[in-house]
Amino acid sequence: MDGIGDWALFSGRAIRGVLSRHLKGRELLHACFDIGYSSLVVVAVTGTFIGMVLAVQTYAQFHTIGLDTSIGAVIHMSVVRELGPVLAAVMLAGRIGTAMAAQLGTMRVTEQIDALACLGVDPVKYLVSPRFLACLLMIPLLTVIADLMGVLGSSVICLQVFGIEPYHYWEHSARFVKRFDLLSGLAKSVVFGGVLCLICCHRGFHSRAGAEGVGRAATEGFVLSFVAIMFLDFVLAMITTTIHDAFWPPAGARVA
Amino acid sequence: MTDPLIRLRGVSVRFGRQQVLSNVHLDVYPQETVALIGESGCGKSVTLKLIVGLLKPTDGEVLFEGRPVHRLTERELTAMRLRVGFLFQGAALFDSLTVFDNVAFGLRAEGGLGEPEVRAKVRQRLQEVGLPEGAEAKMPAELSGGMRKRVGLARAMALDPDVMLYDEPTTGLDPIMTDVINELILLTRRRTSVTSVVVTHEMRTVQKVADRVVMLYPLSRLSAGEPQVVYDGPAAGLTEAADPRVRQFVLGEARDRLTELGGVYHG
Repeated sequence: MDGIGDWALFSGRAIRGVLSRHLKGRELLHACFDIGYSSLVVVAVTGTFIGMVLAVQTYAQFHTIGLDTSIGAVIHMSVVRELGPVLAAVMLAGRIGTAMAAQLGTMRVTEQIDALACLGVDPVKYLVSPRFLACLLMIPLLTVIADLMGVLGSSVICLQVFGIEPYHYWEHSARFVKRFDLLSGLAKSVVFGGVLCLICCHRGFHSRAGAEGVGRAATEGFVLSFVAIMFLDFVLAMITTTIHDAFWPPAGARVA
Repeated sequence: MTDPLIRLRGVSVRFGRQQVLSNVHLDVYPQETVALIGESGCGKSVTLKLIVGLLKPTDGEVLFEGRPVHRLTERELTAMRLRVGFLFQGAALFDSLTVFDNVAFGLRAEGGLGEPEVRAKVRQRLQEVGLPEGAEAKMPAELSGGMRKRVGLARAMALDPDVMLYDEPTTGLDPIMTDVINELILLTRRRTSVTSVVVTHEMRTVQKVADRVVMLYPLSRLSAGEPQVVYDGPAAGLTEAADPRVRQFVLGEARDRLTELGGVYHG
């Protein structure tokens, strides 16, 4: 409980830092490049494979009941709503979150964070705010990449390997996957990105001494982020479904 | 006598279950150079961090110019820290920045100076610590231990501080570099009216730079109620101190500690 309170204060400070003059454009650009560029390939590759796996797994089920052309709708819906954002976030936590925890942990252990404070700079605002903002800005882009590659991967398998008829495949997909699904997925990813960044940075800031301490900070950062992403995904799925149902009442009756 | 610039009043610090400082009183007067000595783990570095508010005392208070540090607002704390130069144990250079940017960091963060002025000031500070112009573009990882300490010193002095805090400035350096750093500490004091606290366990540094010596004793070796400050006086009196623990430290004798070495030395 104590830890959550401390994390909340830390996060509040980092968020305030985004709005203050402490934020340097150069730091932000550097962080954005770091996050976007280094995670791009890994997010694209995992996105493709998840799409392909989904295609293989769903085809068997749907083929037996003769709903081959609906596969696109099901897979694309799960990719855009769930797998894209979650995958991008988990990859970001693994690729960037751990690196941030280790970097800041090393800075803590070598007293660089204390040195910043002594030179009249707020270490949280100076170190965490640009990383936080960069995560918020970059994760939707990574999610879009994961979505695209997921759709591409699944479609290649469905259309080229299983030979599903393309017109109805895309037609069904377009009818079921709406803009709301895409946007709710992106909105979710922003929440994931912000939270995982703040968790990993917080772990780094509270790293213990030595190689073991820094290693532990990185591991804790990832594990806590992962759990938080899964938990938030559940909560946000409930919320978005409620919002969706409020605007577009359950479509059960309309399915032909 | 004038009021103390830095004052610790009944300060105790505890990390979890480990108590590091207990009811410590310490006054540092303006323009004084106080050496804080004692064995590793007796709370010397912690004391320095208390002064700049990097750590909060569990009990008691730390006063800077008569005002409690932990009750300063964020802005006041920043203003206070800008008046204090801190040389960290491992120099704590920002390893993603060049030597030049490290020294310029405080000047740029404080603002108010144009880039040409910053450049001139950084050059001057680096020159004072004896670093050639060629070192400016180097990264901290490319520097030797002695050079790192000197860059750290240049960075700490960049803002012309009123107070200098040195955390083991000469530990791990060769004898010549140790003396260079000692001379730099003396030079800084001579040139500006700076107040200094030097945490060290190098007796040569103590003899050379200190006006006054304060010795802390590790709490784990004291029985309850014994004061943690076991010596407070001039450096010259250390070897004749009445307290055998002070003489033992100053002369570097293991004595009774040998019995802690697992029986090897018994006999």
